Amino acid sequence: MASDADVNAPLGTAPRLSAMEQFSRLTGLDTRLLAMLGALIAIWIILNLMTGGIFLTPRNLYNLAVQSSVVGVMATGMVLVIVARHIDLSVGSVLGFLGMCIAFLQVEVFPLGAAWNWPLTILLGVFLGVLVGIWQGSWVAFGGVPAFVVTLGGLLMFRGAAFMITDGRTVAPLDPTYQLLGGGIDGSIGATASWTLGLIAVAAVAFFSLKARAKRARYGFPMKPLWAELAMIAVWSFLIIGFVLVMNAYTKPRSDIPRGIPVPVLIMLTVVIVMAFLSRFTKFGRYVFAMGGNPEAAALSGINVKRTTVMIFVVMGVLCAVAAVITTARLNAGTNSMGTLAELNVIAAAVIGGTSLAGGIGTIPGAILGAVIMQSLDNGMVLLGVSSAVRQIVIGLVLVAAVWFDVVYNRGRR
Amino acid sequence: MTTPLVEMRNISKRFGGVQAVDEVSVDLYPGEVVGLLGHNGAGKSTLIKTLAGAYPCDGGEIYVNGERAVIETPRDARKFGIETIYQTLALADNLDAPANLFLGRELMTAFGTLDDDAMEHQARAVLHRLNPNFTNIKDPVKNMSGGQRQSVAIARAILFNAKILIMDEPTAALGPQETAMVADLIQQLKKDGIGIFLISHDLHDVFDLSDRVSVMKNGRLVGTRKTSSVTKDEVLGMIILGKLPGEETPEDMAARH
Repeated sequence: MASDADVNAPLGTAPRLSAMEQFSRLTGLDTRLLAMLGALIAIWIILNLMTGGIFLTPRNLYNLAVQSSVVGVMATGMVLVIVARHIDLSVGSVLGFLGMCIAFLQVEVFPLGAAWNWPLTILLGVFLGVLVGIWQGSWVAFGGVPAFVVTLGGLLMFRGAAFMITDGRTVAPLDPTYQLLGGGIDGSIGATASWTLGLIAVAAVAFFSLKARAKRARYGFPMKPLWAELAMIAVWSFLIIGFVLVMNAYTKPRSDIPRGIPVPVLIMLTVVIVMAFLSRFTKFGRYVFAMGGNPEAAALSGINVKRTTVMIFVVMGVLCAVAAVITTARLNAGTNSMGTLAELNVIAAAVIGGTSLAGGIGTIPGAILGAVIMQSLDNGMVLLGVSSAVRQIVIGLVLVAAVWFDVVYNRGRR
Repeated sequence: MTTPLVEMRNISKRFGGVQAVDEVSVDLYPGEVVGLLGHNGAGKSTLIKTLAGAYPCDGGEIYVNGERAVIETPRDARKFGIETIYQTLALADNLDAPANLFLGRELMTAFGTLDDDAMEHQARAVLHRLNPNFTNIKDPVKNMSGGQRQSVAIARAILFNAKILIMDEPTAALGPQETAMVADLIQQLKKDGIGIFLISHDLHDVFDLSDRVSVMKNGRLVGTRKTSSVTKDEVLGMIILGKLPGEETPEDMAARH
């Protein structure tokens, strides 16, 4: 409830804004997202100094992007799950299960080499992901079982199911075309296509920013200054072109042919655009956030809370299937251990990226930022020769620190 | 006599072993304010929530404009032009004012996406009418003052041309100035022919604003009276003793004073 101080506050007076908040208003970026971006830049600079300049080479950044893609894809779905005040502990096992299904179907059921084989297995994998989502979402929505318990059960069940498909055998090799989806030597789109996509992205950013601005102007809404708008377009263009340059700077072995954007990263970026669109511009996304902010209010507004809950888990299941495709394609195999403990990385990425475990707050770009921060730490420590035991400790500490930051941040705003 | 806007006949609602509402009948005419009074736990909120669609009723019937209305969900209630301002306001604190105003019935663009600009446009118009100082409407609702939050809840109810308005303790969180604003609004809505159920445990509030008062006690209706034909003391007697004026014994009267 509002305190007396709130009630008696004069209406409409602008609160004093800190420099950071003013900057955030001008750029339209969340202050927390800005802090995360600052943290990422700091981590990159420190790791680069510690590794003697190896960290920020095109080759390492390319690998970092590929390594982040699996967790990144699933983290975008985890944002919606956590925003709606649920949790999904099963994503790693579901990834393993769906990956095994896809590999098994591709190698041992359908004729390997047939052109229709790999697209069909992907479709079937996505379909199974939908079924997994309906299964878990229904238990939560209609059964009233807390998502923590349902997905803890799922963590065990789907890991067991993955084992049962081939009795623990590894399934390999997969279709050569399919393997491109996982990156690898030929799994990138080359210089020309990368430039084309980059320039389309720049044009799209400029077009949509100015179009949105024109619409606000037509309604006569207050707007941020034009220079701030143009500066944001410039920053985005700079980031996009910088990304393309770095990806093109890494060449294929024993040649100077640029690799360009890796396919798994392209998949992740597509997922990010789709998920950001879903969460910001559709009724579904609006309802997910409303449910997280106040479940009772959402129900009283006539929102079908149960159906929306099932939908959230269906989206999560589909994203697990996408992550399973990238993982199997990258490994060129289906193995039992795929996705083990991935749920923890995925949840950590979402939380580090500013998703509040209390629900109602979180962004898709934030989750990607979180995934990249975690992967950067891991990657940097590998370069430094830190043992896996110490790496786990550091990542664990970072997770706790990120949530602590969230708590302090929210306390400061009260 | 015109047809009542709303007629609730013999409404019952039970929660486990508790009979929260027991065979209560009330009605509401266009342009009328009916105050619903009673102690905490008298069943007024429960009664009104069956009309709002928050709880389906166990027994009884609801008629809107003389026709039988089946109201099982908040969506059904809205279909009949029934809008509710809940005591808790029922706002999603993390969303901004336009998102809250249009929650559950968003405006869409031709492409099937949310039309946030159109929603903001309408939200600004209606909120400005209620509260001219309201400028920070794009902030999350949790950063707003109590009065602003109340304005958002009220705006949501009147934005969609409600015929029947339910106000559950609309002034509980407000200062004197904002309470006066709500009173003005109620007068204005009455002129537009809207019927209002006003729920409150504050007798004075209700007395000044209502045309009739219905008093509940322990889930039952004590009675309904024209506000002009009873005194505050008599209504207080109905609330405390659960008896109509004239039914009290001399001992009851003594106990009240």
